[in-house]
Amino acid sequence: MPQPTKSWVYYNDRLARYLFISSAVLVSLIILCIIWFVGMQGLSTFREVSFLEFFTSSKWSPDSGQYGALTFIAGSIGTTLIAILLGGPLGLAGAVFLAEIAPPWVRAIMRPATDLFAGIPSVVYGYVGITVIVGFTRKITNSSTGYGMLAAGIVLAIMILPTVISLSEDALRSLPGSYKEASLALGATRWQTIWRILVPAASPGILTAIILAMARAIGETMAVQMVIGNSPRFPDSLGSPTSTLTSNIVMEMGNTPYGSTWNNGLFMMAFILLVIALIMIILVRTASRKGAVR
Amino acid sequence: MKAHQANRFASILLWIGAIAILALLVAFLTLILGRGLPYLTAEFFSGSDGVRGQLFNSFYILFLSLIFSLPIGLGAGIYMAEYAPQNRFTDLIRLSTESLASVPSIVFGLFGMIVFVNMFGLGFTILGGSATLALLNLPILVRVTEESLRAVPRSYREASLALGATMWQTLRKVILPTALPGLITGITLVAGRALGETAILIFTAGMNVSRILFDVNPLAAGETLAVHLFAVKSNPLPGTNSDQIADGTAALLILMVIVFNICLSLPSRWLQYRLQGKHRG
Repeated sequence: MPQPTKSWVYYNDRLARYLFISSAVLVSLIILCIIWFVGMQGLSTFREVSFLEFFTSSKWSPDSGQYGALTFIAGSIGTTLIAILLGGPLGLAGAVFLAEIAPPWVRAIMRPATDLFAGIPSVVYGYVGITVIVGFTRKITNSSTGYGMLAAGIVLAIMILPTVISLSEDALRSLPGSYKEASLALGATRWQTIWRILVPAASPGILTAIILAMARAIGETMAVQMVIGNSPRFPDSLGSPTSTLTSNIVMEMGNTPYGSTWNNGLFMMAFILLVIALIMIILVRTASRKGAVR
Repeated sequence: MKAHQANRFASILLWIGAIAILALLVAFLTLILGRGLPYLTAEFFSGSDGVRGQLFNSFYILFLSLIFSLPIGLGAGIYMAEYAPQNRFTDLIRLSTESLASVPSIVFGLFGMIVFVNMFGLGFTILGGSATLALLNLPILVRVTEESLRAVPRSYREASLALGATMWQTLRKVILPTALPGLITGITLVAGRALGETAILIFTAGMNVSRILFDVNPLAAGETLAVHLFAVKSNPLPGTNSDQIADGTAALLILMVIVFNICLSLPSRWLQYRLQGKHRG
């Protein structure tokens, strides 16, 4: 390679390159810092509280020294599952519809509409939850308030729709056209082609969509906090007030002194959320690698 | 003819699903705008409980967070698209960007609280809030930058480099201008998301508004519109018309989202049109 002239043009080029590399390194450092700081703060809970108690007891009353976070973990998992059960099939139906059935003009309306769903701030979802959905869940669960896992699950189901729809649609659209043609040429109906050929072939992408939707649901804070009822009660029914990891952090963070065991316990809950998010990213990478091998 | 009946049935079901999704959105918009629009008067902004301070803070925090995140996000995106070799180091950076994108916003909020509120001892500030918000913007910016740069045809780069331009000159004069529509769309997307963010700002920018109107002091606490909606809806102060404020604020937020979504499509289309015209000429 010929030696470039060492002019300012050359040095500018080097400088720009170093700036770009350092920005990239900085992005990596940030995630490490977050894991480190939140992790250290959270794990210091276990200086005072036993690991076993934190994860297996559902008695959370820090005033009397009881730090069992099982209620919040169960609440988070419960609401996320409800959200996926309600929003997953509907979102997948929307994706199949957009990729295979929708006439172009319907698609031209529905794509921006789902984008609009994604743009609505989560407090606004919470606001709609309080004004409308809680009244609806009060009726169907026969509970006194309507706040609880079902209300949170319904709000989350709507919030994850855009994630499920757009990622699954992308997965369906990226399949080679020959799959569909071969199936239709063999005499299969459109539905048989969708259900037996296209959806299975796109399953790694659809799985990715579902996992990312779950990650969004479990980490969602404001909307859930507004409709969950915020009582540290184990979620034993769909319509009784309870708490999730995120809602409890919002409720108690302001009232606890920084560095106390109670406060550290809240950071531990955030660390659990962070670890769940990281595990989901690894799952997504495995799913997409499997998809690439196919 | 069972298969054909199943086919008919499934098609009808899928149509119903799609209509349900659209109906849900229409119901959302009519509910929020229907309840809130009547309250959006001059009094709503500048009255004694007016939200002009929150509105200002929303855009001020958004502006600062973009100043923090744009250079780093664009830089990292440019590196990933143009320079990064296929190796472990690149893979690590890609993994960390993806991980950063999946971090729940409340975890960012608590991280910002440890760093800015407690370690630096600033308390709740606009500065801390926007710096933490910048972390939320970063992974999206990196991804969007990388995608828009990759969409630029290879031949553009080759032509420029073959003429003896350095990589930096090629980037500045050829690649970035061509990728501009995509970049602007991406930045609008980021801005729309940051405007509605709440969980981060509760723990870093606080829930108070400065008594000085349009206070640009970055060390003051700064409640945004979204945080305000949360505050009035979850802890309504007795004796205030908090329900009306909540209705109006929600409608205002939705209007902002709609405007951003329109902005998302318009300028990029216009730019694309203009740039393509230029290339031909």
